[in-house]
Amino acid sequence: MILIRSLPLVLLLACSMALARGTYQEPADFIAETFDSSPPSPDVVWLRGETRETTTAILGHKYPSLRVRYWGDALRSAWILEEIGKDQPITVGLVVSDGRLERIKVLVFRESRGWEVRHPFFTDQFRDIGLTAGELDLNRDIDGISGATLSVRALKKLARLALYLHTRIPSGDDTP
Amino acid sequence: MKYNRLSLSLAGLLLAATPLHAAEPGGSAPTVEELWKIIQQQQAEIEALKRQQQSTEQKVADVDEKAEAAVEAVEEGGTAGAGSWADKTTIGGYGEMHYNNTDSKEEIDFHRFVLYFGHEFTDRIRMVAEVELEHAVAGGDNDGEVELEQGYVEFDLNDRHSTKAGVYLLPVGILNQTHEPPTFYGVERNPVEKNIIPTTWWAGGAEMVGEIAPGWSYNFGVHEGLETSADDNYAVRKGRQKSSEANADHLAATGRIKWTGIPGIEVAGTVNYQSDITQGNDSSADDAWLFEAHTDIQRGPYGLRALYARWDLNGSGPRSVGADEQEGFYIEPSYKLTDAVGIFARYNRWDNRAGNGSDTRKKQYDVGVNYWPHPDVVLKADIQSQDNDGDQKNDNGFNLGVGFQF
Repeated sequence: MILIRSLPLVLLLACSMALARGTYQEPADFIAETFDSSPPSPDVVWLRGETRETTTAILGHKYPSLRVRYWGDALRSAWILEEIGKDQPITVGLVVSDGRLERIKVLVFRESRGWEVRHPFFTDQFRDIGLTAGELDLNRDIDGISGATLSVRALKKLARLALYLHTRIPSGDDTP
Repeated sequence: MKYNRLSLSLAGLLLAATPLHAAEPGGSAPTVEELWKIIQQQQAEIEALKRQQQSTEQKVADVDEKAEAAVEAVEEGGTAGAGSWADKTTIGGYGEMHYNNTDSKEEIDFHRFVLYFGHEFTDRIRMVAEVELEHAVAGGDNDGEVELEQGYVEFDLNDRHSTKAGVYLLPVGILNQTHEPPTFYGVERNPVEKNIIPTTWWAGGAEMVGEIAPGWSYNFGVHEGLETSADDNYAVRKGRQKSSEANADHLAATGRIKWTGIPGIEVAGTVNYQSDITQGNDSSADDAWLFEAHTDIQRGPYGLRALYARWDLNGSGPRSVGADEQEGFYIEPSYKLTDAVGIFARYNRWDNRAGNGSDTRKKQYDVGVNYWPHPDVVLKADIQSQDNDGDQKNDNGFNLGVGFQF
């Protein structure tokens, strides 16, 4: 009984030990790692016209920016994207290669629930996933995590978005 | 004065190309000095054009820089400082309306409307509050209630552990913490979690939450206890104090271990200890234990939920009415025909007086369908059929519902 009565105080005292939380890899480090420590200069895809409409359709809302920064080219590109799960943005690093998702990693997770999505046992499902032709859906099922529905949904949206934006990068042949 | 060959050639070209100095009929050819003067004039014009070009390039660079700054300002949401409070505050909620046509009632009820507020004080300190209006109208003789279902401050200790203090949802069962209408099958919440756990169950106290290893998480908290009574046959659902000037003479503790190591599969178990189930009001009742275990599986279109929960209440009082054992379980297979349509069946069995010899057990079968026109909006329909033991009345019929979350 004494233990039960004293535990709230112990827990509250533990609050004073608060440290930083939720940054599993700095976005810059993710980009550097993706390009063997020699990342190219970033470029942007402007969200205009059809690109903006499709981006809105994928996310279910407007992307909170006029453009999206990427590193690489039309063959292989890396992206740092954010989407809100329940009420906080989840920062995710994605690498697209030849129209397939080469890698997806949760870099910063700020939500109180659903942190399981950052683990490889969940993100490994996205490896080599692509888009269907018509609806721009993922071409494979992704199994969710109970209690992390909104975080899972956010990562699926970002995977679709990166795969789509990759197609909007001008290829070398398009360069004037 | 010496002139090199290039200068003379240039002079010749300029002379030929400049109408002003074109040879006039009958006129004499320009002298070398005149040519030199022309060259100097042309050189000055070239220098002026170069300066003009550099100035234009600088202006273009300046415009680029300003455009970049403008885009960044728009992307960052405008003037620095404005909206910072809004950026750290979130609002959400959910609601559901039901039409019940069963033997016990025929009614339309806006069962719940919940508003959620969250605010980040810092990256590691935040608050969460959830206010619920039940049954549409509260106050006076109305059936409704206004309740604070959650209201706590959460502190992150590090990237794997946090602690919260305030009113929070206890970590027990499948629905107690996640019960937004689009997330479960059936118009009404299942009777086992409602009557045995009892969902929705919140309490004031403090809790540690964290991750032990990838896929393994834990909760442990100390909080207000239940306060049930002999008048209610010691039914645990009647004992929720809802943090409303809650009697804290006898606290309770809840611990949960959850495994989600494979996508689509959750397995969890909870133990709750009540140091006195009547808060000392009934000397014939003593402490109590709850044991709960469940799995929640969703692999591709196939789903399966199964849960077992059991209360053991100590003391002669609960034993005398059979409430010393209160238990139940359900199993709920489901199948998603498409992303927007899912069907389910559920078998529920529960008994809040399982310790007696009489027939107080209840059984209910449910079948139904969910339709999600949007991932956050759901329309539901189900049929319920009861097969209760003894002379207990069955409550059969159908239910319709609409729900949303945002």
